[in-house]
Amino acid sequence: MAQMNLLQAINNALDIAMADDERVLCFGEDVGHFGGVFRATAKLQDKYGKSRCFNTPLTEQGILGFANGLAAQGHRPVAEIQFADYIFPAFDQIVNESAKFRYRSGNEFNVGGLTIRTPYGGGIAGGHYHSQSPEAYFTQTPGLKVVVPRNPYQAKGLLLASIRDDNPVVFFEPKRIYRASVGEVPEEDYQLPLSEAEVVKEGSDITLLGWGAQMELIEKAAQRAESLGISCEIIDLRTLLPWDVDTVASSVAKTGRLLISHEAPLTGGFAGEIAATIQDRCFLHLESPIARVCGLDTPYPLMLEQEHMANEHKIFEAIKASVNF
Amino acid sequence: MTDSSTLDAVSHQATFTEGQALAIPTLKILQADGTPYDDAVMPMIDKALALKIYDTCAFIRVLDERMLAAQRQGRISFYMTCIGEEAAVTGSAAALEGQDMIMAQYREQAALRYRGFSTEQFMNQMFSNAKDLGKGRQMPIHYGSQELHYMTISSPLGTQIPQAAGYAYGQKLAGEPAVTICYFGEGAASEGDFHAGLNMAAVHQAPVIFFCRNNGYAISTPSNEQFAGDGIAPRGVGYGIKTIRVDGNDMLAVLAATQQARAVALSENCPVLIEAMTYRLGAHSSSDDPTGYRSREEEAKWREHDPVLRYKLWLINKGWWSEAEDEALYQTYREEVLAAVKVAEKVPPPGLDTLVSDVYDNVPRHLADQLDAVREQIKLYPEQYPATAGKEA
Repeated sequence: MAQMNLLQAINNALDIAMADDERVLCFGEDVGHFGGVFRATAKLQDKYGKSRCFNTPLTEQGILGFANGLAAQGHRPVAEIQFADYIFPAFDQIVNESAKFRYRSGNEFNVGGLTIRTPYGGGIAGGHYHSQSPEAYFTQTPGLKVVVPRNPYQAKGLLLASIRDDNPVVFFEPKRIYRASVGEVPEEDYQLPLSEAEVVKEGSDITLLGWGAQMELIEKAAQRAESLGISCEIIDLRTLLPWDVDTVASSVAKTGRLLISHEAPLTGGFAGEIAATIQDRCFLHLESPIARVCGLDTPYPLMLEQEHMANEHKIFEAIKASVNF
Repeated sequence: MTDSSTLDAVSHQATFTEGQALAIPTLKILQADGTPYDDAVMPMIDKALALKIYDTCAFIRVLDERMLAAQRQGRISFYMTCIGEEAAVTGSAAALEGQDMIMAQYREQAALRYRGFSTEQFMNQMFSNAKDLGKGRQMPIHYGSQELHYMTISSPLGTQIPQAAGYAYGQKLAGEPAVTICYFGEGAASEGDFHAGLNMAAVHQAPVIFFCRNNGYAISTPSNEQFAGDGIAPRGVGYGIKTIRVDGNDMLAVLAATQQARAVALSENCPVLIEAMTYRLGAHSSSDDPTGYRSREEEAKWREHDPVLRYKLWLINKGWWSEAEDEALYQTYREEVLAAVKVAEKVPPPGLDTLVSDVYDNVPRHLADQLDAVREQIKLYPEQYPATAGKEA
């Protein structure tokens, strides 16, 4: 075991994946010698050469188009989009191409080796274009897997699983806690399963569900609720598509209450999908309306970030409101 | 390291460079009567290759004519012909080796036929039946074959251009003695993916041949509303890509250019751009009527530059072909295509399970559940689901 922050865990996972399989490549803007603007790919070019870890021209659709071609050829590209806010120029390549490659060809071809890494989320004074959480745009797309880790241990295990999974994966990295989240991480190769939620803490009064950096805020709010005698069950969804309905449903069947929290705006956010599914599966168990604590339906603001975001205090109040319904 | 441009060319007065400064010549080998120009350098071609190329053109002419008619009769939902562009497509495909990857737009069925796609395989795709390699999921003419190294076609224009750069880069890394050819029209070259793909290929030294069919129209949009510059070729030069323009109605010019492009791409690990100047003689698709945007006179003028006729005259001049053999070949293909239509339209549609397979490598739980719900629905309303009701194993 070693102490690693989330970035180091990602760097370590990439290192292991590249050492393990020469078909794995890392590329994107500033990913090469410099090692990425967040240093996620530090030293990989020195170790594996310029042909396997390199800078690309500044073109997101080019990065994803190139990655799709490489994956179709049999390589396992790990493409980096510098900020999730800038993934939209590549939206066509991801949604119309990556996601449909296997289906449309009758499995004559596939881009299963593809992984797209991208830092997402707010809380860093990033304004409109360095704060977004665009996961729900991708969860609407059959053929993709969408994965979000919450800490260094999760990040390494889930990233290794994503790179080796035979489906295109969009891997969102919570950049607010890139360096702040530090923990014990095994130095050896390990994987964590995709499409399996993790019950982080068991409880009996309410289920709290989230992913990524939001888990930290959910846990803080839960601690305050616990001090009031409210027993919270906390679940990290980890994979948003295809998501683990059974784990969430069995938790809600036990607690009778569900609160979902994400950074992205409320309307059309992934919490809506979860809420609809769980009310269908758990209708007779629900003792209060399913609560959604999300970002406002606005572009991500700069100065009023704290007001905009689904922070610990909003989650805490929503827990109380649900339990007291 | 900075750039490698020629910074030593200096002016002390404002001097603007115009497109004409990049006058790119058009390679022509065959004259209209089928005789080569006196100083033309011939491509590598023997009788067997020459006849295989012609055979492909004849088949595609017949296929296009018959399947457009089949669409008009309502037997298939959609069709797109290659007429007028057979030389651009067949001549380039014939310059490749079997292991080279072909990434097409949609009007390159001749390249697939040249590779050996059978008449039955064409039909199975167009009739979306249970024998279609694509499992009946895509519209007609969206062909693909792993065995023949022909990447499955998709409708979004230009998306295959950066993919071809990546595919070729992968071939280079794997040490394969192979290149990728990427076909697209001059309209698709206006997409951002054209810029992205050519730049990526040039910077990362991918052995890819970008092959533009500049046929004058993108549906109803004439090329003078598509771009203001001198076509597509000068853009290649701007990206640092070796570029050539050819007469796309001249089979031997296309063959010669592509043979050399392949050799350069493979030996120097670099992209090459070929712009083939041609004309889309047919409608854009079975959903289009060109009389709304261009004249019969214009089409008639281009009909005189028929690429297949010009090539046939060359074959006859060489003593490799005759009108009698020609008539027999076309008759054979007419019968073969008609017979194949009758067989393919009787093959049942794909099984219900193909609705949810291949979305992922394995069928996830939620898709299995959704398929079960469809099965229950079909049991309740079998008459509403004639393609699948009562056909589940």
